[in-house]
Amino acid sequence: MTHRTLPRFSATFDPHTISEIQRAAATGIYDIRGGGAKRRVPHFDDLLFLGASVSRYPLEGYRERCGTDVVLGTRFAREPVRLKIPVTVAGMSFGSLSAQAKEALGRGASAMGTSTTTGDGGMTEEERGHSTTLVYQLLPSRYGMSPDDLRRADAIEVVVGQGAKPGGGGMLLGQKINERVAEMRDLPEGIDQRSACRHPDWTGPDDLEIKIEELREITDWRIPIYVKVGASRPYYDVALAVKSGADVVVLDGMQGGTAATQEVFIEHVGIPTLAAIRPAVKALEDLGMHRKVQLVVSGGIRSGADVAKALALGADAVSIGTAALIALGDNDPALEEEYRALGTTAGAYDDWHEGNDPAGITTQRPELASRLDPVLAGRRLANYLGVLTLEAQTIARACGKSHVHNLEPEDLVALTIEAAAMAGVPLAGTDWIPGRGL
Amino acid sequence: MSYFDLADRPLRELNAALHALPVDTNDTHWNVENPAGRHAIACGLTVPITVDLKGHVGYYCAGMNKDADVTIRGNAGVGVAENMMSGRVTVKGDASQSAGASGRGGLLVIEGNAAARCGISMKGIDIVVKGSVGPMSAFMAQKGNLVVFGDAGEALGDSLYEARLFVRGTVASLGADCVETTMGDDDRAALAAVLDEAGLADPGDFRLYASARSLYHFKVDNLDAY
Repeated sequence: MTHRTLPRFSATFDPHTISEIQRAAATGIYDIRGGGAKRRVPHFDDLLFLGASVSRYPLEGYRERCGTDVVLGTRFAREPVRLKIPVTVAGMSFGSLSAQAKEALGRGASAMGTSTTTGDGGMTEEERGHSTTLVYQLLPSRYGMSPDDLRRADAIEVVVGQGAKPGGGGMLLGQKINERVAEMRDLPEGIDQRSACRHPDWTGPDDLEIKIEELREITDWRIPIYVKVGASRPYYDVALAVKSGADVVVLDGMQGGTAATQEVFIEHVGIPTLAAIRPAVKALEDLGMHRKVQLVVSGGIRSGADVAKALALGADAVSIGTAALIALGDNDPALEEEYRALGTTAGAYDDWHEGNDPAGITTQRPELASRLDPVLAGRRLANYLGVLTLEAQTIARACGKSHVHNLEPEDLVALTIEAAAMAGVPLAGTDWIPGRGL
Repeated sequence: MSYFDLADRPLRELNAALHALPVDTNDTHWNVENPAGRHAIACGLTVPITVDLKGHVGYYCAGMNKDADVTIRGNAGVGVAENMMSGRVTVKGDASQSAGASGRGGLLVIEGNAAARCGISMKGIDIVVKGSVGPMSAFMAQKGNLVVFGDAGEALGDSLYEARLFVRGTVASLGADCVETTMGDDDRAALAAVLDEAGLADPGDFRLYASARSLYHFKVDNLDAY
């Protein structure tokens, strides 16, 4: 009998890497997909809360109040955004998402007293009608941009970048450009649509300041103006956004999703959400603007623990995108047979750009989109937002906080040296914060 | 006729007053003195009034204009009439970068020259430039007409979609997927309509540049163009 060792896979050339090389060799084009970074990066899982003990008093669960309300845009706007929970729904376009999905996002967010956000493609009646608080994005493409919609928005978000692809634009493939999407974007039906990576009428922070002034003038200084950046150089980007006059900075880490971009971009450009928050907060603190310019953090928020950790590190609120789509019904195991037919499996489906989503969310095909019941899907999102809030409150009470905003870095420790350094909190069981000496 | 002197009163007051006008206002003509290069003058107008700005203006003058007729008796800064929806904006002097950027309707007339990126991302606006336009003009232009009596700088119409570019003078170079093409009846009619609206005669020697439409779908074979 011949003795052979078991087949050994390379850690460098692992099966996924090999399949990507084979795919690239066969097609000659890079892989495009939706979603955010899938690789393991330091994240909120690497942090733990220090619950109350002899030196800290907890609050009674189910009895003692733990506030969750948040006000965004207190710096300049006459009518800041007032939310009941510190979790908002991130910008996702009509075009990348079906009209039913946009309506469901509005329904779910509104039921829980929070906001939803338009996306790259303009404002639809479905989302305006079903969103009590709607943030209107001003993007480089300016698809569907209208002063009437600016004025009927509750806030404006100037999008500089997003975590999945800081420095990149977008491409909505022709199969998702139906008649309605094409009309809203002033382009022919069925062609690929580039979303530019730079704004057409401003470059750099000095221009941005003037752009924000224009938006304020058009809206008579009534509503807040957010600036959204992808996490790459958060200290400087946040400082420059503040300098430019932003009321709110939205900071999106590399786990934040996208409708479609190159896999290599998603996995190799930008920094993790965990690594971005503390530099952003430091920028606000150095400028004396922490809590005056609010910070919204997104990118990989999944649970109330993530919400609480982001807030403890200094965010005022968080925003969810991918998790919101999952709550609506994305990647539902009940659709496994159809995912298999698409060459994937429930839990891994990310070809959102192809428009074949069996859940009816990332599609413009009427027969698929009609599968999503906006009322039921909205209810699921509301349920999920409620759970996120209850979980964050549970943790805050355990730390003795009467409001989730009272959570602080002192409540946290890290499980790994990397997370300790990134979050600026001690390694668990020590007083050591890497990078800050002994 | 209303009179507003920006040397004496703040810009916020002017824009607030213009925004407060009802659509059937009788207060239909506004003279604004001493604009002095201020930014965001007369932006976001929504009613069919005329606004006469007696001097140079800064960034985003008449931005997102709807229905109003704004005249700038001087030069205009970056993004004049950006994202204009309708109405008319006239610049008597020169315009800086990104004039008419992402404009969705209406007519922008620049009697002097326009700098780089004139008509960038335009989505239905008509732009007439009596002088020349700078490089990267009509970049990713989607819809509408850009009419240039003078010359065009480098990379005209790069990544062009369905906008028509009429140029009378020389073109330094064409951007990706922008080609010179023969004018058809529709093109001639579109040019005539724009010039008529602008009150200008057609000298008869414009050339048309449009999209070759070869980049409308992402193809590996087009790698050199990306």
